[in-house]
Amino acid sequence: MVENRPFLTWLSHAVVLLGVVIIAFPIWMTFVASTHDQATMLRAPVPIWPGTHLFENYKEVILNGYGGRAGSVPFATTLFNSMVMAVGIVVGKLLISIIAAFAIVYFRFPLRLTCFWAIFVTLMLPVEVRIVPTFGVVASLGMVNSYAGLIVPLIASATATFLFRQFFLSVPDELAEAARVDGAAPMRFFVDILLPMSRTSIAALFVIQFIYGWNQYLWPLLITNQESFYTVVMTVSRQATVVDTVPAWNLIMAQAMLAMLPPVLVVAFMQRQFVRGLVETEK
Amino acid sequence: MEKRVTFNERWLPYLLVAPQMIITLVFFFWPSGQAIWQSVLIEDAFGGNSKFVWFENFIALFEDPAYFDSVRVTLVFSALVATLGLALSLLLAVMADRIVRGASFYKMILVWPYAVAPAVAGVLWGFLFNPSVGTVSWLLAGLGINFNYVSNGNQALALIIIAAVWNQVSYNFLFFLAGLQSIPKSLIEAAAIDGAGPGRRFWDIAFPLLSPTGFFLLVVNIIYAFFGTFGVVSSLTQGGPGQATNILVYKVYNDGFRGQDLGGSSAQSVILMLVVILLTVVQFRFIERRVHY
Repeated sequence: MVENRPFLTWLSHAVVLLGVVIIAFPIWMTFVASTHDQATMLRAPVPIWPGTHLFENYKEVILNGYGGRAGSVPFATTLFNSMVMAVGIVVGKLLISIIAAFAIVYFRFPLRLTCFWAIFVTLMLPVEVRIVPTFGVVASLGMVNSYAGLIVPLIASATATFLFRQFFLSVPDELAEAARVDGAAPMRFFVDILLPMSRTSIAALFVIQFIYGWNQYLWPLLITNQESFYTVVMTVSRQATVVDTVPAWNLIMAQAMLAMLPPVLVVAFMQRQFVRGLVETEK
Repeated sequence: MEKRVTFNERWLPYLLVAPQMIITLVFFFWPSGQAIWQSVLIEDAFGGNSKFVWFENFIALFEDPAYFDSVRVTLVFSALVATLGLALSLLLAVMADRIVRGASFYKMILVWPYAVAPAVAGVLWGFLFNPSVGTVSWLLAGLGINFNYVSNGNQALALIIIAAVWNQVSYNFLFFLAGLQSIPKSLIEAAAIDGAGPGRRFWDIAFPLLSPTGFFLLVVNIIYAFFGTFGVVSSLTQGGPGQATNILVYKVYNDGFRGQDLGGSSAQSVILMLVVILLTVVQFRFIERRVHY
């Protein structure tokens, strides 16, 4: 701080605090709604302080799903699906992009630039834009209602490859030279030197891609029509939009809380990696 | 940029790029090619035969007032999401930058919305503004405002804007804060010694130095508003009431999957692809320039 201006300091706190309250308010109300019984949540005004049905509601959705309605699956299954999808996308993306970046940076081979540009253009088109034909392709490959269908089409993305490429380019040439002089095979150099050095980039990408994978909505909506493959985010959205005479807001909101929890925890506990990943992947 | 030292192997590099190339070809190039191909075909009502029709799908699209409605809604929506999102997060970042005590606590809460899926963000805001039980709509009713996003088009648009801005504020905030913190302290101090007050220092020093970040964020926010907000719309309004919130990316999905109009939907896809490519080129041209700053 350059100078001491008590009024400005006070104003800054007031503005930021107001921002924090507004930002946190929807999340707070979701939490509150998930701790009351159904009847309380149907009478306006709904309470703004937590009630006593927290364990009941969460137990109900985790074990039985949304109110034991027809076709509802335990939310535990849904959470499991989301976890498989998110982790699958993260691992898949990191794996294929780190080796692709290694090939593009450390080898000279015909078609190298073609590969580079082919990967580069995938940066440009979000799934949402080419959604209908992508669905057609995946359906014709028989991947509807499968974990492979949820995961594989989404790991084709250039962001991770680019981040690794940038990083590899910044690794001193002497290391590769020394490895070559010592007669180490390329894969040995990759596993023993490059991989350990990439730890921080991997952690940063892990956070960003986990959130990306967990929060996928449109893709699972299209590619699954069996409840046993539904993911968390799409389930929450479906149930909130279903025209229901007596919506069980307490259960819908308990599910919404569970849907937010994993990515929020990842962001909260890995904040440094998160910020790093965010700033670097957008370069 | 190229490496000086490389390995000599004949087959290994192909093996290494193969997984990514295969996935890119199968799930990216093939569908994108099909989108372009389908956009010049019309499938008959029974789905059996399709006929090559040149640009008829595009012409039909440009003659359809509903498409222009959707374009108009998208432009209004994107402009408001980008402006409000940037203005609010800049305000928060500037204020947070002044704060020494408690800064990390504030920051922790402010980055949360990034972790919330747009579709879930839509559910949260839909609950707050629910016409019968929503807390905010109840408060508004107390003020004499009848807020019902299910039946009122403008209110529905306002609500998806609020939810979309909320979802994107953290991202902008982090970039603005990083930008502010990278401004050399000596500049600020020199200005302060010369008698420039906080307001003056912001407009004459911080604001111009932030403009590259701001421009970058503007492009990112427009891309987000165009494509990333599908979940918000889908959870809240499904494009309704009427066509009031039928933004382009939702219309592609709606026409293709619900309306089964593959040709029309593909034509829209192709137009959206051109928009993204244009925006990405703008973004990269700009980033290239920023490197030389």
